[in-house]
Amino acid sequence: MKIIEVENLVKKFGNFVANDHLTFSVDEGEIYGFLGANGAGKTTAMKILCGLSAPTSGKVLVAGYDVYTQTEMIKKRIGYMSQRFSLFEDLSVWENFQFFGGIYGLPAAKIRERTTELLGRLGLESEKNQILGSLPLGWKQKLAFSVAIIHQPSIVFLDEPTGGVDPITRRQFWEIIYETANQGITVFVTTHYMDEAEYCRRVSIMADGKIVALDTPANLKAKYQAANIEEVFLKIARG
Amino acid sequence: MRSFIIKEFYHIFRDIRSMVVLFGMPVIQVLLFGFALSTEIKNAPVAIIDQSNDQVTRAITSKLLSSGFFILSDQVPGEGHIDEVFRRGKVKEVIIFESDFSKKLEKDHRAGIQLIADASDPNTANLLVSYTSAIILDYQQEYLKGMSLPLTVKTESQMMYNPALKSVFMFVPGVITILLMLITAMMTSISIAREKELGTMEILLVSPMRPIQIIAGKVLPYVLLAFSNAVIILLLSYFVLGMPVKGSLFLLLAESLLFIIMALSLGIFISTVSKSQQMAMMLSMFALMLPTILLSGFIFPIENMPLPLQVISNLMPPRWFIIIVKSIMIKGLGFQYIWKETLIIAGMALFFIALSIKKFKIRLE
Repeated sequence: MKIIEVENLVKKFGNFVANDHLTFSVDEGEIYGFLGANGAGKTTAMKILCGLSAPTSGKVLVAGYDVYTQTEMIKKRIGYMSQRFSLFEDLSVWENFQFFGGIYGLPAAKIRERTTELLGRLGLESEKNQILGSLPLGWKQKLAFSVAIIHQPSIVFLDEPTGGVDPITRRQFWEIIYETANQGITVFVTTHYMDEAEYCRRVSIMADGKIVALDTPANLKAKYQAANIEEVFLKIARG
Repeated sequence: MRSFIIKEFYHIFRDIRSMVVLFGMPVIQVLLFGFALSTEIKNAPVAIIDQSNDQVTRAITSKLLSSGFFILSDQVPGEGHIDEVFRRGKVKEVIIFESDFSKKLEKDHRAGIQLIADASDPNTANLLVSYTSAIILDYQQEYLKGMSLPLTVKTESQMMYNPALKSVFMFVPGVITILLMLITAMMTSISIAREKELGTMEILLVSPMRPIQIIAGKVLPYVLLAFSNAVIILLLSYFVLGMPVKGSLFLLLAESLLFIIMALSLGIFISTVSKSQQMAMMLSMFALMLPTILLSGFIFPIENMPLPLQVISNLMPPRWFIIIVKSIMIKGLGFQYIWKETLIIAGMALFFIALSIKKFKIRLE
């Protein structure tokens, strides 16, 4: 089943074309990587999928709902973790979970249950009363991810989730992403770390607002006769 | 929505800066304006040169000095030294009785007193001279008792609503207005701008919360805080500064609430046009504070402004709120006298709310 369907998506800012006729689809439960250099149009496309920004033209369905008319329905079904780390630094871990559970309309008992479960998975139960600002960045990032899935969305959008963290934490982060995907939550992730692309089931590579390649990492490497995705990317970039 | 409000209170109570602005500033400002920035004159140092030193001049002198407005400073040896005394800044006013004062008064029915004031501070000089003249006039009337002059025009003045001319009466309405304006508009605009700056606004916008709910969630805590602030200021001015509340307290609080809502919507509007906390702060300081103080009629009378400024002052919400507060607190007027001002503030609130909702939507595009 397709959980995201995009056909000929165009987004213009004045004369600048940020997304130029994108066509792709994401299967339910897969980890889909959205690669590209900075400024290639990844974040713009993701904002459209999240209902933060309206497309100029093209068909976009997320979880079966139309982004032009049904953003409210879409917003209930998705989770989002932005590029910038974005939990409240002056609230405790527990209070952040309470707040975000609350704005998604979860009942108090459900919030408690989910918070305990998610903190347990991260092994951070004992830090639940710590003020968030005092925790290391890697932990905050994992917490931000947990907050993004507190309401058990169908899809979670991760916008460069591992920016600025050390390799070990990145590795742990991807383990959590895998666990999440195994629970049936579709993961849509943008990144510019090419090694991370190997963790995805399928990836698309964007350049100058267009999708220039879309396939599984193994097929892409075979097609471009490259040892890893980084090489694929460089070959595409050089034309 | 509930979790939103709880979260907002956490933000406020954990930030020492906000706490100081919210609760320290009102108290300090009210006390400052109430006690330090008084335009009344008490114990101004004066010098008296009495060249006749008779019964009448001594009576006038003691009447002046017992009024509480003046105290006698150093003796001035003679008229030649007046300049020097002023230059040293020792006295604010010199009072000179001409020689043979009482004799002239009896014989010619006229005698001269010269008042010389230090007008490097023009307001004080004016006040001193008029206080002195009033006291001398008063003595004159006592003196004339019994005798009747053929023709006299007697003016009788009465200071309505504030017979003692207390400056607290003028400052408190202004201070309430400025504080409510500043706290609500500045605090809301900063708190919304902070969410934008830190990127949490994006997360909120992706959530199923509607923009109007997000705004309401951010703003409601400040309505409560600003309102409790208004109450604190009123209590302080009533118990500490002796400011009366002649009209309906309920009406006063209801009008304050309306003004708070107006200031909040202005704050929301500021936050929609500013990208960072600093910018929101600067905008609210310069766009709100200065015009509020200068153009609202709080310190400078609007009637004395050049026409263009008078027109602009009509656009200042505080101008209307000051009128409302004065009418209720000092004059004890009811709603039928201030409905126009109320309507103007309500209209401004609606205008800013509509504008920010429109702006907020545009940002989502």
